[in-house]
Amino acid sequence: MEPFRFVKAQDNLTAIHAAGINHAKFIAGGTNILDLMKLNIETPKQVVDINKLSLYKIEELQNGGIRIGALVKNSDLSYHPYIIKSFPVLSEALLSGASPQLRNMATTGGNLMQRTRCPYFYNTDFACNKRVQGSGCAAISGHNRMNAVLGTSEKCIATHPSDMCVAMAALGAIIHVQGPKGLRTIPFADFHLLPGETPHIEHNLKQDELITHVDIPALPFAAKSHYLKVRDRASYEFALTSAAVALDIQNGTIKGARIALGGVGTKPWRSLEAEKALIGAPANAQNYRAAADAAMAGAKPYKDNAFKVELAKRTLVRALTIVGRMS
Amino acid sequence: MKGGTTRRQFLGQVGFVGAGLQLAPLLSKAAGILPDNEALSPEPITVTMMVNGTQKTLTLDTRVTLLDALREKLMMPGTKKGCDHGQCGACTVLIDGRRINSCLHLAVMCEGSEVTTIEGLAKGEELHPMQAAFLKHDGFQCGYCTPGQICSAVGLVKEGHAKTDAEIKELMSGNICRCGAYQNIVAAIKEVQNA
Repeated sequence: MEPFRFVKAQDNLTAIHAAGINHAKFIAGGTNILDLMKLNIETPKQVVDINKLSLYKIEELQNGGIRIGALVKNSDLSYHPYIIKSFPVLSEALLSGASPQLRNMATTGGNLMQRTRCPYFYNTDFACNKRVQGSGCAAISGHNRMNAVLGTSEKCIATHPSDMCVAMAALGAIIHVQGPKGLRTIPFADFHLLPGETPHIEHNLKQDELITHVDIPALPFAAKSHYLKVRDRASYEFALTSAAVALDIQNGTIKGARIALGGVGTKPWRSLEAEKALIGAPANAQNYRAAADAAMAGAKPYKDNAFKVELAKRTLVRALTIVGRMS
Repeated sequence: MKGGTTRRQFLGQVGFVGAGLQLAPLLSKAAGILPDNEALSPEPITVTMMVNGTQKTLTLDTRVTLLDALREKLMMPGTKKGCDHGQCGACTVLIDGRRINSCLHLAVMCEGSEVTTIEGLAKGEELHPMQAAFLKHDGFQCGYCTPGQICSAVGLVKEGHAKTDAEIKELMSGNICRCGAYQNIVAAIKEVQNA
Protein backbone atom coordinates (compact mmCIF):
# COMPACT_ATOMS: atom_id res chain seq x y z
CA MET A 1 0.00 0.00 0.00
CA GLU A 2 1.24 3.50 -0.83
CA PRO A 3 1.62 5.94 2.08
CA PHE A 4 -1.24 8.36 2.59
CA ARG A 5 -2.26 11.14 4.91
CA PHE A 6 -5.30 10.33 7.07
CA VAL A 7 -7.88 12.98 7.87
CA LYS A 8 -10.88 12.41 10.11
CA ALA A 9 -13.68 14.73 9.04
CA GLN A 10 -16.10 15.99 11.70
CA ASP A 11 -18.68 17.51 9.35
CA ASN A 12 -19.70 17.45 5.69
CA LEU A 13 -17.95 20.66 4.69
CA THR A 14 -14.63 19.65 6.25
CA ALA A 15 -14.86 16.32 4.46
CA ILE A 16 -15.62 17.98 1.13
CA HIS A 17 -12.76 20.42 1.58
CA ALA A 18 -10.30 17.65 2.51
CA ALA A 19 -11.38 15.63 -0.53
CA GLY A 20 -10.61 18.56 -2.80
CA ILE A 21 -6.84 18.06 -2.89
CA ASN A 22 -5.35 15.96 -5.66
CA HIS A 23 -5.49 12.20 -5.16
CA ALA A 24 -7.80 12.37 -2.15
CA LYS A 25 -10.45 9.73 -1.49
CA PHE A 26 -13.23 9.30 1.02
CA ILE A 27 -13.25 6.20 3.18
CA ALA A 28 -16.36 4.88 4.94
CA GLY A 29 -16.67 1.10 5.33
CA GLY A 30 -13.38 0.61 3.52
CA THR A 31 -14.32 -2.84 2.20
CA ASN A 32 -13.60 -1.96 -1.42
CA ILE A 33 -11.11 0.89 -1.31
CA LEU A 34 -8.75 -0.77 1.19
CA ASP A 35 -8.81 -3.97 -0.84
CA LEU A 36 -7.83 -1.92 -3.91
CA MET A 37 -5.22 0.09 -2.00
CA LYS A 38 -3.50 -3.11 -0.86
CA LEU A 39 -3.18 -4.07 -4.52
CA ASN A 40 -1.95 -0.59 -5.53
CA ILE A 41 -4.97 -0.21 -7.79
CA GLU A 42 -6.10 2.76 -5.73
CA THR A 43 -3.23 4.98 -4.53
CA PRO A 44 -4.77 7.98 -2.75
CA LYS A 45 -2.40 10.50 -1.17
CA GLN A 46 -5.03 11.63 1.30
CA VAL A 47 -7.76 9.44 2.79
CA VAL A 48 -10.70 11.28 4.33
CA ASP A 49 -12.54 9.27 6.97
CA ILE A 50 -16.23 10.26 6.88
CA ASN A 51 -17.50 7.86 9.53
CA LYS A 52 -18.11 10.68 12.04
CA LEU A 53 -20.56 12.47 9.75
CA SER A 54 -24.25 12.34 10.68
CA LEU A 55 -25.40 10.28 7.72
CA TYR A 56 -26.70 7.19 9.50
CA LYS A 57 -30.47 7.75 9.46
CA ILE A 58 -33.13 5.75 7.65
CA GLU A 59 -36.22 7.97 7.44
CA GLU A 60 -39.64 7.11 6.10
CA LEU A 61 -40.81 9.96 3.89
CA GLN A 62 -44.38 11.24 4.18
CA ASN A 63 -45.40 10.04 0.74
CA GLY A 64 -44.27 6.45 1.38
CA GLY A 65 -40.75 6.72 0.07
CA ILE A 66 -37.64 6.30 2.19
CA ARG A 67 -34.47 8.32 2.73
CA ILE A 68 -31.30 6.34 3.38
CA GLY A 69 -28.23 8.04 4.86
CA ALA A 70 -25.02 7.43 2.91
CA LEU A 71 -23.34 5.82 5.94
CA VAL A 72 -26.17 3.37 6.71
CA LYS A 73 -24.59 -0.06 6.81
CA ASN A 74 -25.76 -2.61 4.25
CA SER A 75 -26.79 -4.92 7.12
CA ASP A 76 -28.91 -2.24 8.83
CA LEU A 77 -30.61 -1.36 5.56
CA SER A 78 -31.30 -4.97 4.62
CA TYR A 79 -33.01 -5.73 7.94
CA HIS A 80 -34.93 -2.46 8.26
CA PRO A 81 -38.62 -3.38 8.78
CA TYR A 82 -39.93 -0.75 6.37
CA ILE A 83 -37.52 -1.86 3.62
CA ILE A 84 -38.54 -5.49 4.13
CA LYS A 85 -42.23 -4.57 3.95
CA SER A 86 -42.26 -1.92 1.22
CA PHE A 87 -39.15 -2.63 -0.88
CA PRO A 88 -38.31 -6.31 -0.34
CA VAL A 89 -36.30 -6.35 -3.57
CA LEU A 90 -33.78 -4.00 -1.94
CA SER A 91 -33.48 -6.05 1.24
CA GLU A 92 -33.04 -9.26 -0.75
CA ALA A 93 -30.46 -7.71 -3.06
CA LEU A 94 -28.39 -6.49 -0.11
CA LEU A 95 -28.58 -9.86 1.65
CA SER A 96 -27.48 -11.66 -1.50
CA GLY A 97 -24.26 -9.66 -1.61
CA ALA A 98 -20.94 -10.16 0.21
CA SER A 99 -20.86 -11.68 3.72
CA PRO A 100 -22.39 -10.63 7.06
CA GLN A 101 -19.05 -9.15 8.16
CA LEU A 102 -18.72 -7.10 4.98
CA ARG A 103 -22.36 -6.00 5.17
CA ASN A 104 -21.70 -4.80 8.73
CA MET A 105 -18.94 -2.56 7.31
CA ALA A 106 -20.08 -1.58 3.83
CA THR A 107 -22.23 1.55 3.50
CA THR A 108 -24.96 2.68 1.14
CA GLY A 109 -22.77 5.37 -0.41
CA GLY A 110 -19.79 3.05 -0.66
CA ASN A 111 -21.86 0.38 -2.37
CA LEU A 112 -22.83 2.95 -5.03
CA MET A 113 -19.11 3.62 -5.57
CA GLN A 114 -18.09 -0.04 -5.69
CA ARG A 115 -15.67 -0.83 -8.51
CA THR A 116 -15.69 -3.79 -10.86
CA ARG A 117 -14.36 -7.23 -9.93
CA CYS A 118 -13.13 -7.89 -13.47
CA PRO A 119 -10.00 -10.03 -12.89
CA TYR A 120 -8.02 -7.97 -15.38
CA PHE A 121 -8.85 -4.81 -13.45
CA TYR A 122 -7.63 -6.50 -10.27
CA ASN A 123 -4.41 -7.94 -11.72
CA THR A 124 -1.95 -5.10 -12.37
CA ASP A 125 0.10 -7.31 -14.72
CA PHE A 126 -2.62 -6.99 -17.35
CA ALA A 127 -3.86 -4.16 -19.52
CA CYS A 128 -7.01 -2.47 -18.26
CA ASN A 129 -8.43 0.79 -19.58
CA LYS A 130 -10.31 1.30 -16.34
CA ARG A 131 -7.19 1.03 -14.20
CA VAL A 132 -4.67 2.66 -16.58
CA GLN A 133 -6.28 4.88 -19.16
CA GLY A 134 -5.37 3.84 -22.70
CA SER A 135 -3.56 0.63 -21.70
CA GLY A 136 -6.03 -1.66 -23.48
CA CYS A 137 -8.52 -4.31 -22.38
CA ALA A 138 -7.16 -7.77 -21.64
CA ALA A 139 -10.65 -9.10 -20.91
CA ILE A 140 -11.98 -8.75 -24.46
CA SER A 141 -9.56 -11.39 -25.75
CA GLY A 142 -9.01 -13.10 -22.38
CA HIS A 143 -11.09 -15.26 -20.06
CA ASN A 144 -14.30 -13.27 -20.08
CA ARG A 145 -16.85 -15.71 -18.68
CA MET A 146 -17.77 -13.29 -15.86
CA ASN A 147 -17.84 -10.18 -18.04
CA ALA A 148 -20.67 -8.07 -19.37
CA VAL A 149 -22.85 -8.53 -22.45
CA LEU A 150 -24.80 -5.25 -22.21
CA GLY A 151 -23.40 -1.72 -22.40
CA THR A 152 -19.91 -2.82 -23.37
CA SER A 153 -17.49 -0.97 -25.62
CA GLU A 154 -14.29 -1.86 -27.42
CA LYS A 155 -12.47 -0.37 -24.46
CA CYS A 156 -14.15 -2.23 -21.59
CA ILE A 157 -16.46 -5.18 -20.88
CA ALA A 158 -16.31 -5.14 -17.06
CA THR A 159 -19.52 -5.87 -15.17
CA HIS A 160 -20.81 -3.65 -12.41
CA PRO A 161 -20.58 -5.83 -9.28
CA SER A 162 -23.26 -4.43 -6.96
CA ASP A 163 -26.52 -6.18 -6.08
CA MET A 164 -27.88 -3.23 -4.11
CA CYS A 165 -27.51 -1.00 -7.15
CA VAL A 166 -29.59 -3.34 -9.31
CA ALA A 167 -32.50 -3.04 -6.89
CA MET A 168 -32.02 0.73 -6.65
CA ALA A 169 -31.97 1.00 -10.45
CA ALA A 170 -35.33 -0.81 -10.59
CA LEU A 171 -36.74 1.41 -7.85
CA GLY A 172 -35.59 4.62 -9.54
CA ALA A 173 -33.56 5.86 -6.57
CA ILE A 174 -32.35 9.45 -6.40
CA ILE A 175 -28.85 10.16 -5.15
CA HIS A 176 -28.27 13.33 -3.12
CA VAL A 177 -24.78 14.79 -3.12
CA GLN A 178 -23.08 17.77 -1.52
CA GLY A 179 -20.11 19.58 -3.01
CA PRO A 180 -18.24 22.85 -2.52
CA LYS A 181 -20.93 24.62 -4.56
CA GLY A 182 -23.86 23.14 -2.66
CA LEU A 183 -26.34 20.34 -3.07
CA ARG A 184 -27.58 18.49 -6.13
CA THR A 185 -29.48 15.31 -6.95
CA ILE A 186 -28.61 12.67 -9.51
CA PRO A 187 -31.25 10.26 -10.85
CA PHE A 188 -30.00 6.68 -10.43
CA ALA A 189 -29.91 6.03 -14.17
CA ASP A 190 -27.49 8.95 -14.63
CA PHE A 191 -25.16 8.12 -11.74
CA HIS A 192 -23.15 5.25 -13.25
CA LEU A 193 -21.66 5.78 -16.70
CA LEU A 194 -21.24 3.40 -19.62
CA PRO A 195 -17.58 2.72 -20.40
CA GLY A 196 -17.64 4.04 -23.98
CA GLU A 197 -14.27 5.58 -24.79
CA THR A 198 -13.57 6.47 -21.14
CA PRO A 199 -13.99 3.37 -18.94
CA HIS A 200 -11.89 4.99 -16.18
CA ILE A 201 -14.72 7.47 -15.60
CA GLU A 202 -17.30 5.33 -13.84
CA HIS A 203 -19.78 7.73 -12.29
CA ASN A 204 -21.20 11.18 -12.44
CA LEU A 205 -19.63 12.41 -9.19
CA LYS A 206 -16.81 14.89 -8.75
CA GLN A 207 -13.88 14.04 -6.49
CA ASP A 208 -14.99 16.49 -3.80
CA GLU A 209 -18.68 15.64 -3.95
CA LEU A 210 -20.01 13.67 -1.02
CA ILE A 211 -22.99 11.35 -1.28
CA THR A 212 -25.22 12.36 1.65
CA HIS A 213 -28.26 10.16 1.14
CA VAL A 214 -30.31 8.14 -1.30
CA ASP A 215 -34.07 8.54 -1.68
CA ILE A 216 -36.25 5.68 -2.79
CA PRO A 217 -39.43 7.28 -4.11
CA ALA A 218 -42.77 5.80 -3.11
CA LEU A 219 -43.74 2.83 -5.28
CA PRO A 220 -46.67 1.01 -3.66
CA PHE A 221 -46.46 -2.01 -5.94
CA ALA A 222 -42.82 -2.58 -4.92
CA ALA A 223 -44.23 -4.32 -1.85
CA LYS A 224 -44.49 -7.20 -4.32
CA SER A 225 -40.96 -7.38 -5.59
CA HIS A 226 -38.07 -9.82 -5.65
CA TYR A 227 -34.33 -10.08 -6.29
CA LEU A 228 -33.12 -13.30 -7.86
CA LYS A 229 -29.38 -13.92 -8.11
CA VAL A 230 -27.71 -16.76 -10.01
CA ARG A 231 -24.07 -17.50 -9.20
CA ASP A 232 -21.40 -20.19 -9.25
CA ARG A 233 -21.85 -21.04 -5.56
CA ALA A 234 -24.83 -20.69 -3.26
CA SER A 235 -23.51 -17.81 -1.18
CA TYR A 236 -20.82 -15.13 -0.95
CA GLU A 237 -20.24 -14.80 -4.68
CA PHE A 238 -20.82 -12.19 -7.34
CA ALA A 239 -23.68 -12.67 -9.76
CA LEU A 240 -23.47 -14.43 -13.08
CA THR A 241 -26.90 -12.96 -13.67
CA SER A 242 -29.50 -11.37 -11.45
CA ALA A 243 -32.89 -9.70 -11.78
CA ALA A 244 -34.70 -7.13 -9.66
CA VAL A 245 -38.42 -7.19 -10.38
CA ALA A 246 -41.51 -5.37 -9.12
CA LEU A 247 -44.92 -5.87 -10.73
CA ASP A 248 -48.31 -4.20 -10.37
CA ILE A 249 -50.84 -6.79 -11.55
CA GLN A 250 -54.54 -5.97 -11.52
CA ASN A 251 -57.11 -8.55 -12.69
CA GLY A 252 -54.37 -10.48 -14.43
CA THR A 253 -53.07 -7.48 -16.38
CA ILE A 254 -49.70 -5.86 -15.72
CA LYS A 255 -50.28 -2.18 -14.93
CA GLY A 256 -46.77 -1.35 -13.79
CA ALA A 257 -43.36 -3.02 -13.98
CA ARG A 258 -39.88 -2.26 -12.77
CA ILE A 259 -37.05 -4.41 -14.06
CA ALA A 260 -33.28 -4.23 -13.66
CA LEU A 261 -30.57 -6.80 -14.35
CA GLY A 262 -27.26 -7.48 -12.65
CA GLY A 263 -24.15 -9.43 -13.65
CA VAL A 264 -24.70 -8.71 -17.34
CA GLY A 265 -24.22 -4.97 -17.67
CA THR A 266 -21.35 -2.53 -17.42
CA LYS A 267 -23.63 -0.59 -15.07
CA PRO A 268 -26.70 -1.56 -13.02
CA TRP A 269 -29.04 -2.33 -15.91
CA ARG A 270 -32.58 -0.99 -15.80
CA SER A 271 -34.50 -2.46 -18.73
CA LEU A 272 -37.14 -0.01 -19.90
CA GLU A 273 -37.57 -2.30 -22.93
CA ALA A 274 -38.67 -5.20 -20.73
CA GLU A 275 -40.95 -2.92 -18.69
CA LYS A 276 -42.56 -1.60 -21.88
CA ALA A 277 -43.10 -5.12 -23.15
CA LEU A 278 -45.00 -6.02 -19.99
CA ILE A 279 -47.12 -2.95 -19.25
CA GLY A 280 -50.68 -3.53 -20.46
CA ALA A 281 -50.04 -7.21 -21.17
CA PRO A 282 -51.57 -10.20 -19.37
CA ALA A 283 -49.28 -11.61 -16.67
CA ASN A 284 -48.31 -14.95 -18.19
CA ALA A 285 -45.27 -17.01 -19.10
CA GLN A 286 -45.35 -16.03 -22.76
CA ASN A 287 -45.22 -12.34 -21.96
CA TYR A 288 -42.53 -12.84 -19.33
CA ARG A 289 -40.39 -14.51 -21.97
CA ALA A 290 -41.12 -11.71 -24.45
CA ALA A 291 -39.97 -9.20 -21.84
CA ALA A 292 -36.79 -11.19 -21.26
CA ASP A 293 -36.12 -11.28 -25.01
CA ALA A 294 -36.62 -7.50 -25.13
CA ALA A 295 -34.27 -6.99 -22.18
CA MET A 296 -31.47 -8.92 -23.83
CA ALA A 297 -32.08 -7.87 -27.47
CA GLY A 298 -29.01 -5.64 -27.44
CA ALA A 299 -26.72 -8.21 -25.82
CA LYS A 300 -23.28 -8.68 -27.31
CA PRO A 301 -21.67 -11.90 -26.11
CA TYR A 302 -17.91 -12.49 -26.03
CA LYS A 303 -15.84 -15.67 -26.27
CA ASP A 304 -16.75 -17.22 -22.90
CA ASN A 305 -19.92 -15.46 -21.77
CA ALA A 306 -22.54 -16.17 -24.43
CA PHE A 307 -24.30 -18.38 -21.87
CA LYS A 308 -25.19 -15.24 -19.92
CA VAL A 309 -27.65 -14.11 -22.59
CA GLU A 310 -29.95 -17.11 -22.13
CA LEU A 311 -29.22 -17.38 -18.40
CA ALA A 312 -30.20 -13.72 -17.88
CA LYS A 313 -33.46 -14.30 -19.76
CA ARG A 314 -34.30 -17.34 -17.66
CA THR A 315 -33.34 -15.46 -14.49
CA LEU A 316 -35.71 -12.66 -15.41
CA VAL A 317 -38.54 -15.05 -16.38
CA ARG A 318 -38.14 -16.87 -13.05
CA ALA A 319 -38.15 -13.60 -11.09
CA LEU A 320 -41.24 -12.37 -12.96
CA THR A 321 -42.97 -15.69 -12.31
CA ILE A 322 -42.23 -15.47 -8.59
CA VAL A 323 -43.50 -11.89 -8.32
CA GLY A 324 -46.48 -12.70 -10.55
CA ARG A 325 -47.57 -15.37 -8.09
CA MET A 326 -47.51 -12.88 -5.19
CA SER A 327 -50.53 -11.06 -6.63
CA MET B 1 10.92 -22.15 25.16
CA LYS B 2 12.76 -21.66 28.46
CA GLY B 3 15.61 -19.15 28.08
CA GLY B 4 15.29 -19.24 24.27
CA THR B 5 13.81 -16.81 21.80
CA THR B 6 10.39 -17.65 20.43
CA ARG B 7 9.71 -17.36 16.73
CA ARG B 8 7.38 -14.46 17.46
CA GLN B 9 9.94 -12.63 19.60
CA PHE B 10 12.55 -13.11 16.88
CA LEU B 11 10.20 -11.71 14.25
CA GLY B 12 9.45 -8.82 16.56
CA GLN B 13 13.14 -7.99 16.83
CA VAL B 14 13.58 -8.16 13.07
CA GLY B 15 10.63 -5.80 12.81
CA PHE B 16 12.36 -3.39 15.18
CA VAL B 17 15.43 -3.25 12.94
CA GLY B 18 13.07 -2.67 9.99
CA ALA B 19 11.47 0.22 11.83
CA GLY B 20 14.95 1.69 12.35
CA LEU B 21 15.47 1.75 8.59
CA GLN B 22 12.14 3.53 8.18
CA LEU B 23 13.27 6.14 10.69
CA ALA B 24 16.25 7.06 8.54
CA PRO B 25 14.41 9.80 6.58
CA LEU B 26 13.30 11.39 9.85
CA LEU B 27 16.90 11.44 11.07
CA SER B 28 18.05 13.01 7.82
CA LYS B 29 15.32 15.62 8.30
CA ALA B 30 16.71 16.38 11.74
CA ALA B 31 20.11 16.88 10.12
CA GLY B 32 18.59 19.51 7.83
CA ILE B 33 18.22 17.31 4.73
CA LEU B 34 14.63 17.25 3.50
CA PRO B 35 13.45 14.31 1.41
CA ASP B 36 11.91 15.30 -1.93
CA ASN B 37 8.46 14.07 -1.05
CA GLU B 38 8.26 15.93 2.25
CA ALA B 39 5.10 17.77 1.22
CA LEU B 40 3.23 14.50 0.85
CA SER B 41 4.81 12.57 3.68
CA PRO B 42 2.03 11.09 5.76
CA GLU B 43 2.08 11.60 9.49
CA PRO B 44 1.58 8.77 11.95
CA ILE B 45 -1.69 8.94 13.85
CA THR B 46 -2.31 8.25 17.52
CA VAL B 47 -5.43 6.23 18.18
CA THR B 48 -7.04 5.06 21.40
CA MET B 49 -9.36 2.09 21.47
CA MET B 50 -10.65 -0.47 23.95
CA VAL B 51 -9.35 -3.94 23.16
CA ASN B 52 -10.97 -6.72 25.17
CA GLY B 53 -11.87 -4.23 27.89
CA THR B 54 -8.44 -2.63 28.16
CA GLN B 55 -7.68 0.84 26.82
CA LYS B 56 -4.89 0.80 24.26
CA THR B 57 -3.18 3.82 22.74
CA LEU B 58 -1.06 3.32 19.64
CA THR B 59 0.78 5.63 17.30
CA LEU B 60 0.60 4.06 13.90
CA ASP B 61 1.48 4.42 10.25
CA THR B 62 -1.85 5.26 8.62
CA ARG B 63 -1.65 2.09 6.50
CA VAL B 64 -1.80 -0.35 9.42
CA THR B 65 -4.98 -2.40 9.44
CA LEU B 66 -6.74 -3.31 12.66
CA LEU B 67 -5.64 -6.89 12.00
CA ASP B 68 -1.96 -5.96 11.81
CA ALA B 69 -2.25 -3.64 14.81
CA LEU B 70 -3.68 -6.49 16.88
CA ARG B 71 -1.12 -9.04 15.76
CA GLU B 72 2.04 -6.98 15.36
CA LYS B 73 1.62 -4.01 17.72
CA LEU B 74 -0.51 -5.39 20.54
CA MET B 75 1.05 -8.86 20.25
CA MET B 76 -2.36 -10.51 20.18
CA PRO B 77 -1.93 -13.13 17.47
CA GLY B 78 -5.23 -14.93 18.13
CA THR B 79 -6.85 -13.06 15.25
CA LYS B 80 -5.59 -14.72 12.07
CA LYS B 81 -4.52 -13.37 8.72
CA GLY B 82 -5.81 -15.51 5.88
CA CYS B 83 -6.43 -13.75 2.57
CA ASP B 84 -5.99 -10.17 3.87
CA HIS B 85 -8.72 -9.11 1.38
CA GLY B 86 -12.01 -9.74 3.16
CA GLN B 87 -12.67 -13.05 1.45
CA CYS B 88 -11.93 -15.70 4.09
CA GLY B 89 -13.15 -14.36 7.44
CA ALA B 90 -10.13 -15.60 9.46
CA CYS B 91 -9.58 -12.05 10.74
CA THR B 92 -13.14 -11.60 12.05
CA VAL B 93 -13.39 -9.57 15.27
CA LEU B 94 -16.24 -7.69 16.92
CA ILE B 95 -16.26 -3.90 16.86
CA ASP B 96 -18.87 -2.43 19.21
CA GLY B 97 -20.44 -5.88 19.26
CA ARG B 98 -20.66 -6.33 15.48
CA ARG B 99 -18.56 -8.77 13.50
CA ILE B 100 -16.29 -7.27 10.85
CA ASN B 101 -13.21 -8.22 8.81
CA SER B 102 -10.29 -6.60 10.65
CA CYS B 103 -8.11 -6.85 7.52
CA LEU B 104 -10.29 -4.28 5.73
CA HIS B 105 -10.44 -1.80 8.59
CA LEU B 106 -7.72 0.77 9.21
CA ALA B 107 -6.55 0.83 12.82
CA VAL B 108 -6.61 4.64 12.74
CA MET B 109 -10.37 4.43 12.11
CA CYS B 110 -10.83 2.70 15.49
CA GLU B 111 -10.68 5.81 17.69
CA GLY B 112 -13.10 5.18 20.55
CA SER B 113 -14.09 1.73 19.30
CA GLU B 114 -14.57 -1.32 21.48
CA VAL B 115 -12.76 -4.22 19.85
CA THR B 116 -13.33 -7.80 20.98
CA THR B 117 -11.02 -10.52 19.71
CA ILE B 118 -10.87 -14.24 20.39
CA GLU B 119 -8.58 -13.43 23.34
CA GLY B 120 -11.36 -11.40 24.94
CA LEU B 121 -14.20 -13.93 24.88
CA ALA B 122 -13.30 -16.16 27.84
CA LYS B 123 -13.74 -14.94 31.42
CA GLY B 124 -10.48 -16.01 32.99
CA GLU B 125 -10.38 -19.80 32.79
CA GLU B 126 -14.07 -20.00 31.90
CA LEU B 127 -14.55 -20.38 28.16
CA HIS B 128 -17.16 -18.37 26.31
CA PRO B 129 -20.13 -20.66 25.55
CA MET B 130 -19.27 -20.53 21.84
CA GLN B 131 -15.68 -21.63 22.51
CA ALA B 132 -16.96 -24.50 24.68
CA ALA B 133 -19.48 -25.51 22.00
CA PHE B 134 -16.80 -25.55 19.28
CA LEU B 135 -14.72 -27.87 21.48
CA LYS B 136 -17.67 -30.10 22.30
CA HIS B 137 -18.80 -30.45 18.67
CA ASP B 138 -15.32 -30.61 17.18
CA GLY B 139 -16.00 -27.49 15.11
CA PHE B 140 -12.49 -27.35 13.67
CA GLN B 141 -9.61 -29.43 12.44
CA CYS B 142 -6.43 -27.43 11.84
CA GLY B 143 -7.83 -24.51 13.84
CA TYR B 144 -6.54 -21.65 11.73
CA CYS B 145 -9.99 -20.28 10.82
CA THR B 146 -11.40 -21.00 14.28
CA PRO B 147 -10.86 -17.63 16.03
CA GLY B 148 -12.64 -15.95 13.12
CA GLN B 149 -15.36 -18.60 13.05
CA ILE B 150 -16.01 -18.20 16.78
CA CYS B 151 -16.08 -14.39 16.69
CA SER B 152 -18.35 -14.55 13.65
CA ALA B 153 -20.63 -17.05 15.39
CA VAL B 154 -20.86 -14.81 18.47
CA GLY B 155 -21.88 -11.95 16.17
CA LEU B 156 -24.40 -14.15 14.37
CA VAL B 157 -26.15 -15.19 17.59
CA LYS B 158 -26.33 -11.57 18.74
CA GLU B 159 -27.77 -10.44 15.38
CA GLY B 160 -30.57 -12.96 15.81
CA HIS B 161 -31.44 -13.50 12.13
CA ALA B 162 -30.47 -17.18 11.77
CA LYS B 163 -33.32 -19.52 12.73
CA THR B 164 -32.67 -22.62 10.63
CA ASP B 165 -29.59 -24.66 9.68
CA ALA B 166 -29.78 -23.15 6.20
CA GLU B 167 -29.83 -19.65 7.64
CA ILE B 168 -26.88 -20.39 9.92
CA LYS B 169 -24.93 -21.66 6.91
CA GLU B 170 -25.86 -18.62 4.83
CA LEU B 171 -24.97 -16.19 7.62
CA MET B 172 -21.67 -17.96 8.33
CA SER B 173 -20.70 -17.93 4.64
CA GLY B 174 -18.16 -15.18 5.26
CA ASN B 175 -15.97 -17.67 7.13
CA ILE B 176 -14.18 -20.24 5.02
CA CYS B 177 -12.96 -23.50 6.61
CA ARG B 178 -10.73 -25.40 4.24
CA CYS B 179 -10.76 -28.44 6.55
CA GLY B 180 -14.50 -28.56 6.01
CA ALA B 181 -15.72 -28.55 9.62
CA TYR B 182 -18.91 -26.79 8.58
CA GLN B 183 -21.42 -29.35 9.87
CA ASN B 184 -19.88 -29.30 13.33
CA ILE B 185 -19.68 -25.51 13.33
CA VAL B 186 -23.42 -25.38 12.62
CA ALA B 187 -24.03 -27.84 15.48
CA ALA B 188 -21.95 -25.71 17.87
CA ILE B 189 -23.82 -22.54 16.93
CA LYS B 190 -27.20 -24.24 17.34
CA GLU B 191 -26.25 -25.41 20.81
CA VAL B 192 -25.40 -21.86 21.88
CA GLN B 193 -28.57 -20.49 20.28
CA ASN B 194 -30.70 -23.04 22.15
CA ALA B 195 -28.92 -22.66 25.48
